[in-house]
Amino acid sequence: MAVEKTAPAIELINVSRRFLSPTGKSLTAIRDFTMTVERGEFVAVVGPTGCGKSTTLNLVTGLASPSAGEVRVMGAPVKGIDPRIGFVFQTDALFPWRTVIENVMAGPLFRAKPKAEAQASARDWLARVGLARFEQHYPHQLSGGMRKRVALAQTFINGPEILLMDEPFSALDVQTRVLMHEELLRLWSEAKASVVFVTHDLEEAIALADKVYVLTAGPATVKSVYTIDLPRPRVVADIRYEQSFIDYSRTIWANLKEEVETSYARAAA
Amino acid sequence: MTDATVNISAASFRPGTSDAEIEAAAAKAAVNRRRTVIFWRLAILIAFLGLWEIAGRMAWIDPFFYAMPSAIAGRLYEWMTEGTSEGPLWYHLYVTMEESVLGFVTGSVAGIIIGVALGRNRMAADIFSIYIKVINSIPRVVLAPIFIMILGLGLASKVALAFVMVFFVVFHNAFQGVREADRAMIANARILGASDWQLTRSVIVPSAMSWIFASLHVSFGFAIIGAIVGEFVGSRYGIGLLINIAKGSFDAAGMYAAIVIVMVVALGAEYLMTLVENRLAKWRPQPLHETQ
Repeated sequence: MAVEKTAPAIELINVSRRFLSPTGKSLTAIRDFTMTVERGEFVAVVGPTGCGKSTTLNLVTGLASPSAGEVRVMGAPVKGIDPRIGFVFQTDALFPWRTVIENVMAGPLFRAKPKAEAQASARDWLARVGLARFEQHYPHQLSGGMRKRVALAQTFINGPEILLMDEPFSALDVQTRVLMHEELLRLWSEAKASVVFVTHDLEEAIALADKVYVLTAGPATVKSVYTIDLPRPRVVADIRYEQSFIDYSRTIWANLKEEVETSYARAAA
Repeated sequence: MTDATVNISAASFRPGTSDAEIEAAAAKAAVNRRRTVIFWRLAILIAFLGLWEIAGRMAWIDPFFYAMPSAIAGRLYEWMTEGTSEGPLWYHLYVTMEESVLGFVTGSVAGIIIGVALGRNRMAADIFSIYIKVINSIPRVVLAPIFIMILGLGLASKVALAFVMVFFVVFHNAFQGVREADRAMIANARILGASDWQLTRSVIVPSAMSWIFASLHVSFGFAIIGAIVGEFVGSRYGIGLLINIAKGSFDAAGMYAAIVIVMVVALGAEYLMTLVENRLAKWRPQPLHETQ
């Protein structure tokens, strides 16, 4: 148990993941991938489009298993889906036939909590994301930003110790995205979860994270890691105009650019 | 916007027209549009029946083969008030409906259960798919004589035929619906903590529901076909038997009258199905114009 306490939230140690393509060829999505996420740490992962960023998250959830190497969560190897993990998807993953509150209640009900308790807790979370008035709406009646808030409430209600986010805000417009960043940082600072936030938007990564991992063009491996030493609490809307933010942005982009160009050249070839 | 959206040209309003006036005009245009649709529907029906009647009376077509609307209506009235040569009409209708409904219910329940089960289990699907293809390639009606030989002239053989008519349609759609269920939604449910059974019950089946309903719409019609074909081949009661007897006695009006009865029943069933579906699918976005 003593090991459990001090162990990092997530460790990926020399992990590789290969797929069989429909034609029977083996494709490597990630190779020799090593990453450590400490408890309570906010890590952003950036890399060129389609390099295998999402694969790393699936390995942590247990939805996919590594072809080689080891994935450890809270010090123990990953076996199946860990209840301490929450996941926010890029696409809309709400259940369209359930009302907003029923969507938020889904997690506790799946985990066999009593209905009244689930309902009270769901109300509480909807109030926290500012959707108390929309309990009885169906997802299609909400805007994209509101649906994302429901998705956040749906994930946070389970009290995840690890939060995995796969380009969660990429479909939102710029203004809504900044609001969602604020919302996420607020929820994160209350929940004290460890976060892995996958994105292709470098500024988003710098504004939110403690550490930024830059990946190579596929097969993905870690190219460099940057520690972002910007003070918290951060105001995402303003932080991008600070000199230190701009410096980070310039340095990391110089690094990321090569990979983006490699990836682009390959796609064009 | 769908094509049914009411268009009002901006030119018809002077500057400064209030919203209320625009809304009133839009509501009026919607009512007019609906009236036009109903008018043309009725007009076409009346023209069709009228032409048929006239063509029969003027002997452009031979009423012996083609009957006439008035003769068909007369036969229907006679059947309803005095009964058919084989006993009361209502009893025949009841028998056919009983066969269809039983075949429809058992066929769709079995289709949904097996479709969902195979949709969830890739290995089983791969193994059984070849047999399902083989059986599905049999034209269902050729099974009628076999069922009648095995199960007799009564209810069971017709229910069996209606069952096989319905089963494959529903099975196919349920299977497809399960396969089309959104990957992200399934992953989401599993990470939220859903067990396999919870996943099937609260994610897979609801998301396959629109596929399943699409098949239920057509399959009640198929159930009726199954029942009637079974009755043609051998039975003591039923609408199919009435058609068969009318054919034997060259009673064209009787045959058409039986067809009218089946049409009315099938349309009624379709209407009921739509009501049920609308209740179950209240989460789906409604087109704007329907909320007016």
